[in-house]
Formats: sequence, structure tokens, C-alpha cells
Amino acid sequence: MPKIKKEVIIGIFIALLIVVILAPLASSNPDGLERVAEDLAFLERADGREVISSPLPDYEVPGLENKTLAGILAGITGTLLTFALMMILAKLIATSKKNKQMS
Amino acid sequence: MHIPDGFLDVKTAATAAVVSAVAISYSIKQTREVLDDRQIPMMGVAAAFIFAAQMVNFPVAGGTSGHLIGGTLAAITFGPWAAMLIMSAVLIIQSFVFQDGGISALGGNILLMAVVAPLVGYFVYSLLMGSGESRKRVLASTFVAGWISTISASLVCAILLSISNIVSIQVAVPAMLGWHTLIGIGEGLVTAFVVSYLTKVKPGMVRRYRVNTKESVGAM
Repeated sequence: MPKIKKEVIIGIFIALLIVVILAPLASSNPDGLERVAEDLAFLERADGREVISSPLPDYEVPGLENKTLAGILAGITGTLLTFALMMILAKLIATSKKNKQMS
Repeated sequence: MHIPDGFLDVKTAATAAVVSAVAISYSIKQTREVLDDRQIPMMGVAAAFIFAAQMVNFPVAGGTSGHLIGGTLAAITFGPWAAMLIMSAVLIIQSFVFQDGGISALGGNILLMAVVAPLVGYFVYSLLMGSGESRKRVLASTFVAGWISTISASLVCAILLSISNIVSIQVAVPAMLGWHTLIGIGEGLVTAFVVSYLTKVKPGMVRRYRVNTKESVGAM
């Protein structure tokens, strides 16, 4: 098991700080695309059209009333999941490179 | 700029998915050639950081907000091909776990934020850097690259909306560009801020940047 580098720990720590400190202060106004969809009256096209039901829709935790806390928990979950997914994908690519070199 | 389910029609969503799939498989090939095992954890960090930063919507004008895309940031630090994979990882988690961007629109969202944004960002950055390598030049180029990458992604988004027959192209383009010209300023500022930090703590991660000994001595 290789040692985890300091820069990786610092990087993840910074990402988690953003989730805990900055994300709760985020503007809840519609983003650019949502705003355009509102102004041009096509936002309702998305209503009820979700293809799958996500476990933490809109960064909320079902059953948890405190939206700030839910957002933080969702953000921490997402940050760590994204890190894990990227590591797995990159490792798969690196492994396929080695296999290719061996064959 | 995450497109939800229900906006794109089937032909547009399918076309965008095919284009994205081709782009991603090409970026996997390119990344495989240059991927150094030691880079893998930092690619994970970049994806995690961009996910976190995308949660921070900043207000722009008139009751609208925007957030970082991060495509330019990923491209300046890992090159455009690895950046496409980093951005895709972020978008996959957002759509499956958080319903941020529809599953049926994932191909479209990858096209905007994982293909167009990093490619345009990297192109503009390289163009503006020219043969320069100073810190000032890096930061100015980064800002403009981030700004234009957001505008470009919003332009492609407007095109997808109009191909889906939701709005005409004459209406969609000015509406999307109007807001994203402003939001892109945020993209440029945040990207330049992060790159500025990296030039201090991990200068080797910033493409085209060479630490100028005189400059760093001057800074101390």
C-alpha cells in the first residue's frame, strides 16, 4: 500500500472546507440556464421528467429537515464519491496501458 | 448549466451522447499514453475539488447565479484530455447521485462542460500564453480562457436547445450568451485564483508556467 501523499490530503481537505464553509453560503437564485428557461417559459418541461430517482436529489437528504446540514452532508458524500470514481477510472486506464504494453 | 431531463428531445440527446462518447474514448486513448501513475491521486483531488467548487453558486446580476464549471482549471493543470475525464467524473456523480443534470441529458452535459469547456479553455490559454511563461501572463491568460470557455459552453447549450425545438436559435443564443458572459467572469476569476495558488504551492502543475527565479526572489 503506497503512502498517501500530503498534497492529496491537503487537496481533499480544501474541497471539504469549500463544502462546509462556502457551499452553505451559495446563492439559491436560478443559474444561467434555469433563468433562461424561466424567462423563455420552458422550465416546466423538466417537471417530473427525471429518468431515475437519485438518492440525494438536489443535494438534499430525504427525511432531513435541516437543509443546510443536508447540503453539507450531500456535499461531503459527493466530494468523496467523485474522488473515488476518478481514482477508479484513472486506475483502470493505467491498468489497460500496462496490459497493452505487455501484449 | 446542467441540462435536466425533459429539455432535450431524443435525437438531440442521442446525438450529443454519441459525440461525447467519441470525444471521451479519444481522451482515454490520449490520457493513457501520458498518464503517470503518480498523477492518479491528484486527478482524483481535482475532480473532488471541482465537484465541491461547483456547489458554490455566486450571484450575478438580476436574481441569477452561476457557478464554476472547472473545465479550464482542469485543462490548465492536467491538459485537455485528462481534463475531459475529470469533468466527466464530476458530471456522472452529479447526475446519478444528486439529479443535478438529467441522466438522459448526460451526453449533452458532458459535451458542454467536459468537452467544449476544457478544449476551448485550453486552446485560448495556449494561444494567449504564446511563448510567454511568466506568472502574470499565466493568470491573465487563465482568466480570459475561463471566461471564453463558459461562453462557448453556453453557446453549444443554446444550439442543443434549439435543435430540440424548445426555442429558436435567434432567441436561445442571445439569452444564453447574455447571462453566461457575466457568469464567465466568475469562472475566469475563480480559475485564476486557484491557478494563482497553484503557482505558489505546486508550480509544476500549471502548464506552460516556468518559475522565474528573479520574480520569486522579488516576491520575497
